[in-house]
Amino acid sequence: MADSGPGAAEAPPLGRETLARIRRSKQLYPWASSAILPSLWAVQEELGYLTPAALLAVAEELGLEPSEVEAVATFYSMYFRHRAGEHLIQVCRNVSCGLRGADELLRHLERALGVEDGGTTEDGAFTLEGTVECLGACGGAPMMQVDRISYENLDAAAADAVLEQVRSGAPRGRRSRARA
Amino acid sequence: MPEVKVLTRHFGAPGVTGLEGYRRVGGYRGLEKALRVGPEAVAAEVKASGLRGRGGAAFPTATKWSFLPQGVFPRYLCVNADESEPGCFKDRVLLEEMPHQLIEGAMIAAFALQVSHAFIYIRGEYRRQRELLERAVREAYSAHLCGPSVLGGEWGCELIVHGGAGAYICGEETALLDSLEGRRGQPRLKPPFPAVKGLYGQPTVVNNVETLSNLPYIVVEGGAAYAALGTEGSPGSRLFCVSGHVQSPGTFEVAMGKTTFRELIELAGGVRPGHHFKAMQPGGGSMQILGPQHLDLALDFKAVSDAGSSLGAGALVVMDETTCLVDVSMRLVDFYRHESCGKCVPCREGTYFESELMHRLEAGLATEAELGTLPDVCRAMDGRCFCPLGDTATWFVMSAYRMFPEEFHSHCGAGACPVRSALGAAA
Ligand SMILES: Cc1cc2nc3c(=O)[nH]c(=O)nc-3n(C[C@H](O)[C@H](O)[C@H](O)COP(=O)(O)O)c2cc1C
Ligand code: FES
Repeated sequence: MADSGPGAAEAPPLGRETLARIRRSKQLYPWASSAILPSLWAVQEELGYLTPAALLAVAEELGLEPSEVEAVATFYSMYFRHRAGEHLIQVCRNVSCGLRGADELLRHLERALGVEDGGTTEDGAFTLEGTVECLGACGGAPMMQVDRISYENLDAAAADAVLEQVRSGAPRGRRSRARA
Repeated sequence: MPEVKVLTRHFGAPGVTGLEGYRRVGGYRGLEKALRVGPEAVAAEVKASGLRGRGGAAFPTATKWSFLPQGVFPRYLCVNADESEPGCFKDRVLLEEMPHQLIEGAMIAAFALQVSHAFIYIRGEYRRQRELLERAVREAYSAHLCGPSVLGGEWGCELIVHGGAGAYICGEETALLDSLEGRRGQPRLKPPFPAVKGLYGQPTVVNNVETLSNLPYIVVEGGAAYAALGTEGSPGSRLFCVSGHVQSPGTFEVAMGKTTFRELIELAGGVRPGHHFKAMQPGGGSMQILGPQHLDLALDFKAVSDAGSSLGAGALVVMDETTCLVDVSMRLVDFYRHESCGKCVPCREGTYFESELMHRLEAGLATEAELGTLPDVCRAMDGRCFCPLGDTATWFVMSAYRMFPEEFHSHCGAGACPVRSALGAAA
């Protein structure tokens, strides 16, 4: 890339393990482009979100145009282009959850975390999102996912208990994020 | 007893989520038998079973398979585990309880169709389910139940788990194919149908998780035995997801055609105590509303379609008298607005318009004249969108408006939701 003179010894955008995952995906599919989604997951699990440099690196590894990778990164709602909180809380407010108290659950979380829907707590620990698809747990409504793990049949006390468990760092969360 | 057990008969058996436990309940005998009798015999059993797709469109599975052009290879199988229809969680239950039943079903289909690669496209939100599935796939590889030589024979098939990343539209089969090829998940124009020109431009079959999970039973017990569980027009059994205002929401496997909505709701414990039934939405977020007059209908494709709705993807959302149907419509159109892929104008603009209107109506701010535009907008969308997403974004709201017009009108200029206000006053 542009000026990578000897002094510019920048850290490579992706770690070795992520690169290995990307290369394995490339082998797995008849077309290299099929490896874009799995590669972006690998990147996001390492960095927490998709940096521009990482997107370029993925394109180069897969032998694709950067625009092809960019097009995918911007389409899917679970890929983040910005750093979010350490933990992502998603509250389903679709019909089955709405019928069983999802709005109250969201309001409780807004109060408990001191943020509005879409916001991130000041300490960067939590991002709260209340506009998501039905998360396939309608039988356990109301529900939320924290880092893509479902917690169901939630009242205020149960939701607080989940937040506590996540805060205490029980071995359920995502890996902590490296600096980009 | 309306409950029958095919898909669920070994749920909860010791270790059945793993290969050993699954084998103990007869697992993979279907795949062994399939390899013994050959692809044509397997296809014949599936035809005899009358199995129809469980992903929403209820297309006969054997017929779909028969559309693959003769002699064109490679061919591909895609397992649709994108389950994102509002109200649906049955594929998730099948993945959690018996991942090997799905793998066996997928490999039976893969063998019958002589495909070289089978892909399981699982929605990104199902992280834990994906981990369970990947573990099961690794076990299957070690035991040569998939891979270059299945059970030591000549035929081989790779089985690849592919995770989505949050897009309802990727459940639509052609959008799924684009997504699997590494593109934005946008639907393709049909024809050509995937059977002719699908993944990587090759003949491809897309089948739902539940559809394929039925195959081990069908191959072992025979298609006729499966068909006989249900009725002629609605053969077999089906896993329904019951949620909303019932006492015990969950999934229930019942005989098709022989069980009524009322019986299904009773399996879920009935409407919660102290309340009474108002309406229900069968099929998932896309389908039309049904009322009390429909409770004794059988879960039969034709009966439900004659009543103006559909069994769709096997969901049933039950609503009691506390429900505001404008609020429910608002949640649904919000969902479609959020999930519209933006490719075609009637869907992109129409869902935006519907959502703005329903928000104003639910807040009691819309006028009669504004409400009067709803049918026009829906007419401009239904049947005019590039794929069914935009069409179905009109079905619930229009059917609810038709069945409960006074509830919609009473919101106009009311300054607040009248249903909620009445509840507040009664409390
Ligand atoms: C907007 C839209 C979303 C869909 N979502 C799903 C889904 O999540 N899972 C599924 O199996 N089928 C879904 N379908 C249906 C698929 O297009 C396809 O018909 C189905 O996967 C075929 O499998 P089957 O024949 O076994 O039912 C969807 C269709 C549309 C139009
Ligand atoms: S409606 Fe909330 S998980 Fe399905």
